[in-house]
Amino acid sequence: MAFAAFGGGGAAAATANEPVHLRGGWVAVGLLAPGLAYLLLFFLAPLVSLLMTSLQVAPEGAGKGEYVPGFEWSNYATAISTYWPHILRSFGYALTATVAALLVGYPIAYFIGVTARKWPLVQALALTLVIAPFFISFLLRTLAWKQILGDNGWIAQTLHSLGWLPSDQNIVGTDFSVIFGLTYNFIPFMVLPIYTSLERLDRRYLEAGNDLYARPSTTFWRVTLPLSLPGVVSGTLLTFIPAAGDYINASQIYLGSINTAMVGNVIDRTFLESQEYPIAAALSVLLMGIILVIVAIYVKRSGTEDLG
Amino acid sequence: MRLSLGKWLLPLYVVIAFALLLTPIVHVIIYSFNDSRRNNSIWAGWTFDKWLNVCDQQGVCEAFGTSVAIGLVATLIATILGTLLAIAVGRYRFRGRGSTNLLLFLPMATPEVVLGAGLAAQFLSVGVSKGFWTVVIVHALFCLSFVVVTVKARVASLDPALEEAGRDLYGSAMQVFWRVTLPLLTPGIVAAALLSFALSFDDFIITKFNAGQVTTFPLWIYTKKTPPAEANVIAAAIFIVAIVAVVVVQLVAAARRKRLGITQ
Repeated sequence: MAFAAFGGGGAAAATANEPVHLRGGWVAVGLLAPGLAYLLLFFLAPLVSLLMTSLQVAPEGAGKGEYVPGFEWSNYATAISTYWPHILRSFGYALTATVAALLVGYPIAYFIGVTARKWPLVQALALTLVIAPFFISFLLRTLAWKQILGDNGWIAQTLHSLGWLPSDQNIVGTDFSVIFGLTYNFIPFMVLPIYTSLERLDRRYLEAGNDLYARPSTTFWRVTLPLSLPGVVSGTLLTFIPAAGDYINASQIYLGSINTAMVGNVIDRTFLESQEYPIAAALSVLLMGIILVIVAIYVKRSGTEDLG
Repeated sequence: MRLSLGKWLLPLYVVIAFALLLTPIVHVIIYSFNDSRRNNSIWAGWTFDKWLNVCDQQGVCEAFGTSVAIGLVATLIATILGTLLAIAVGRYRFRGRGSTNLLLFLPMATPEVVLGAGLAAQFLSVGVSKGFWTVVIVHALFCLSFVVVTVKARVASLDPALEEAGRDLYGSAMQVFWRVTLPLLTPGIVAAALLSFALSFDDFIITKFNAGQVTTFPLWIYTKKTPPAEANVIAAAIFIVAIVAVVVVQLVAAARRKRLGITQ
């Protein structure tokens, strides 16, 4: 199954020696029933609600937020024609941030999983540092970047005085700052699965590459990278999906401006402020649909379907 | 030589990356000592006052308390339901196991904003007014999949022979579960519960869609736009407690490995 790829590196090991599965019967039913009922009520039913809301129609003379059930497919046309730049921007940002997080995260994962094997203490410390951002409030650390990169921060002032940044140009509120924030937020999600894959990598494979007179770079591209691919797939998905739906970094209060609004910002505004529920729901359905299609194609192409 | 260049290039790169990773954390902690009045974005000198009188700032401690309460209840629900599900899919063969697995992973493939809007649309159409319990419901929902993944990994590594031994010794199904299976799964369950609590405590997007008048700690920060230093105090205190806990757990695990004579 496509989504089993989320199990990531960890799941691959489990399938290697698949545990004995007992015959289900009533025990399995009893174990499954409460959890599945919960998912049915609070996950599947809301998705259906969302679909139905996206087709609702405003009756004649309706006030703000008043809609009745209907089959108003034109809500989708309106959502796309009005907000296509936001949809495109969301996926553009998410893709760029995923690539950037991979470029930053892979070497970190390699260092912890391969280089630092000889020093368990360094390994443990580095892992702790990777997950450290999880322990500090997401909103406050994003605000911290806003201050650090802001006009009064030393980075912007240095760049201004060196003339590398035009004096009327800021760092915060641009495509760059939003992508930077997204990348920062999801680096741990990229590092951890890749680390899990690399950690299990048998050193003898690398030595074999060396023995066969391969250059280190050849060994990396032909041996290390392919073997860590399950981790790369999970890491990129764990970055791409939440990044495409995030709207904190892109919001004006944080690292964005009006010109960086993502589809999440629009869903938030249309649902919670202007109460245009059908439009918000249509955008949510579109966001989810596009993500599922991209993920399915990606997982299929990377050939790691059977990880789970 | 190529190799020796790589030898110091990678650690150097990693050190820079870690510096980047830690920069905002250090910033948040330092600004918890900022002697600011309203706007905590401008440095006004060092003070310990905010640490000593956190709750003087109106609303911040209530928001913190709300977040803890929601986190505990949501974690309890997600951990119980998720553990049962993990045992079922990890241990038993049944029809529809593949689609059950898919259903369990799907919430993780759903962006927060879609989950949040979906539940809000549902609550709206059913006529449920949003508040404490709607937040608990959504938090337990998105934590559930993470619990399943974490506990499932533990179930997979469980040696079936241990349960067989329990049955061979005439343990009833219940006794085997409570005395053998559950204790063996405990580390995974504890890890899952901690992860759930952390996810719930820091969640913003899903919460915003379903909170109504309830103010969690992240929502409180959001409404402040430039939050006062007291917000930093709470965030910094949580960070320090969490890091100390992680380090202690690792040291205990390392000591245990040493005692048992396991190397790597």
